[in-house]
Amino acid sequence: MSRLIIEPGHTERQYWRDLWRYRELFYVLAWRDISVRYKQTVIGVLWAVIQPLLFTLIFTVLSKMAGFGTEDVPKPLWIFAAMMPWQFFSASLTASSQSLVTNANLISKVYFPRMIVPAGAVVTSMVDFVITFGVFLLMMAWFHVAPTWRFIAVPFLMLLAFMAALGPGLLITALNVKYRDFRYIIPFIIQIGVYVSPTFYSSTMVQEKCPEWTWLYSLNPMVGVIDGFRWALLGGKGGISLPSFAQSVAVTAFLVILGVWYFRKTERTFADII
Amino acid sequence: MSEIPIRVENLGKKYLLSHMGRGGYKKYTALRDVLTEAALAPFRSLRRRIGRATQNGQPEDSARPESSSREEFWALKDVSFEIKRGESVGIIGRNGAGKSTLLKLLSRITEPTTGRIELDGKVASLLEVGTGFHPELTGRENIYLNGAILGMKRAEIKGKFDEIVAFAEVEKFLDTPVKHYSSGMYVRLAFAVAAHLEPDVLIVDEVLAVGDAEFQKKCLGKMQSVSEKEGRTVLFVSHNMQAIRQMCQRVIFLKQGKIAYAGDPHAAISGYLGQGLDAESHAAIDLTGYPRPCPIEGAVFQRVRFTDGRGQPASCVRLADALGVEVDIKAKKPLRQFNLAMAVIHGEGLRVFSEAYSDQHAMPDLSPGEYTLRFEVPMRFFKMESYFLTLAMNENGKNCDQVDGLLMPEIVDENPNLQMESQRWGVLRVPVTWDLIKPVMNQAVTGGIHK
Repeated sequence: MSRLIIEPGHTERQYWRDLWRYRELFYVLAWRDISVRYKQTVIGVLWAVIQPLLFTLIFTVLSKMAGFGTEDVPKPLWIFAAMMPWQFFSASLTASSQSLVTNANLISKVYFPRMIVPAGAVVTSMVDFVITFGVFLLMMAWFHVAPTWRFIAVPFLMLLAFMAALGPGLLITALNVKYRDFRYIIPFIIQIGVYVSPTFYSSTMVQEKCPEWTWLYSLNPMVGVIDGFRWALLGGKGGISLPSFAQSVAVTAFLVILGVWYFRKTERTFADII
Repeated sequence: MSEIPIRVENLGKKYLLSHMGRGGYKKYTALRDVLTEAALAPFRSLRRRIGRATQNGQPEDSARPESSSREEFWALKDVSFEIKRGESVGIIGRNGAGKSTLLKLLSRITEPTTGRIELDGKVASLLEVGTGFHPELTGRENIYLNGAILGMKRAEIKGKFDEIVAFAEVEKFLDTPVKHYSSGMYVRLAFAVAAHLEPDVLIVDEVLAVGDAEFQKKCLGKMQSVSEKEGRTVLFVSHNMQAIRQMCQRVIFLKQGKIAYAGDPHAAISGYLGQGLDAESHAAIDLTGYPRPCPIEGAVFQRVRFTDGRGQPASCVRLADALGVEVDIKAKKPLRQFNLAMAVIHGEGLRVFSEAYSDQHAMPDLSPGEYTLRFEVPMRFFKMESYFLTLAMNENGKNCDQVDGLLMPEIVDENPNLQMESQRWGVLRVPVTWDLIKPVMNQAVTGGIHK
């Protein structure tokens, strides 16, 4: 049996091994959140789909009024392709940033690697994403748009979206344990995020109309994700520009590293402060 | 598997308590408070400098800002012990002594401030009954959830599912959401899952506090079988001294974060139940500063001495012997119809019996001065547990003085049968005489047996 030494300041090298050993807990917590959400509900699963559909409807009308072109793809489809990952991002960021405090009773009574909690929250949103994706495929059939070979990029883009949500999620949830007002920042970020991410417009539009802002715009990790999804799911010029995408992915990677580092650093004090 | 699954050296845990200087309760640090503090900081130091100038010679604490001070609180300090494989160890202490903190440290929930812990073997902790239970999920779902949280693999839970349900006696309600369970069912189910973990070391924190007597018996029984039959190590925190006595071979008594005593269960429990007196040697007790339940009038208890049958000072007394108690009193004024009464209280608060001087003698009139009263208690009626003496004096029926909670010397026996002792009911021992009578008609008996 493994020997374990607990000393102050001794960052456990076994942490990553523990994460693997506790992987079942990961699924169990996600399963718990999902089951609970749909207990005693009427529409249940459909809630996952209503929000992006509604947004799509509204944005379709808005961009028609604003006169934005959509590069030879049916507008609702084009917008929905962006709303899907956006919905995933906003739901998982909201869930993961509150996850530690919500599970305070577990944190203070049981040992497990705490990173499972926010990561599990992101997985819960992933299930919703899969459902919305199903609806998207139906929409594609409706609009007679055929999938291209680029569909194989979808899993990688899912991973990118996961990272984009996980990085800030870890960071904010760890900060929220000590400074409780961080959870008020989240709705604010989400509200602004809808506008600074290419949900009802495209990145090419930004490059054409406001080139001087492109670098700032590309700091948004969701830019890469949404552009990537549009490119992979829809034929035609989905509006992907490589430098913008690369910049966005770099920001995502940076946030993930920052999030993991800060989380691990403060993790040992969670049980005391929470 | 190691012979010493748990080794703790110089363990300490420090918390920082913050005190708001200007009133108001600050529970969470909010970003706005941090910003406010930072903004006001220059003004504060200015005010302090002015304050310093007007107060001559006053030592001021420049390290601490005016608005809040932080106090160090050591929940545990310099705790060291070893637990051997298969041992069943109890941890007792008052609320706030550091028991739960110790368990949290051993369960890796929080980090120590000083010292080190060595764990060898799989450790499972049950710090709260029903950790992770979600009220919306059914009993079945919660078994899987709770099991996973406690560290069981899904396959393991599946294999033990029937056992768990049988132990909890909730077959009928498996598919009802747990929020509809009675508190008894809830607690039985929660314990059932935890009871079927198979760790090398099981750490249990006061879970017997919830649940009815039936449940407590079941829990204790299960923990005992885990310890004795399966040979696992058990660490058990409880306020139930009966349970501790029944289950534990060794007891650690924590007092204000330090180990006050570790070893024999009886001594540890006496230390815990006593008024902070040293359980080991107190043949004479000075009562002058001793707390009284009511005001002293006319006469006062000064000292109490315990002696054995031969009149020698004794810190322990044999079962076959008699305990001699000598009480020094001082009469401050003439006392008419003086009487002294003694009562024995069993460790957990039950009044066992009381006797008085007047039972054997006429009540005297005493002139002012110092007197010594002596009485003898035969020990053969006592169990090998903790008892306390209460002494009271009165004059003409009016109470003069009273002292409670005097721990009686430990009762020892040459060859104690500890197994039998722990199974005795009640608070006293009564020497019942036994006889086995052989029947006259041997034929009938043997004929019946050899069928």
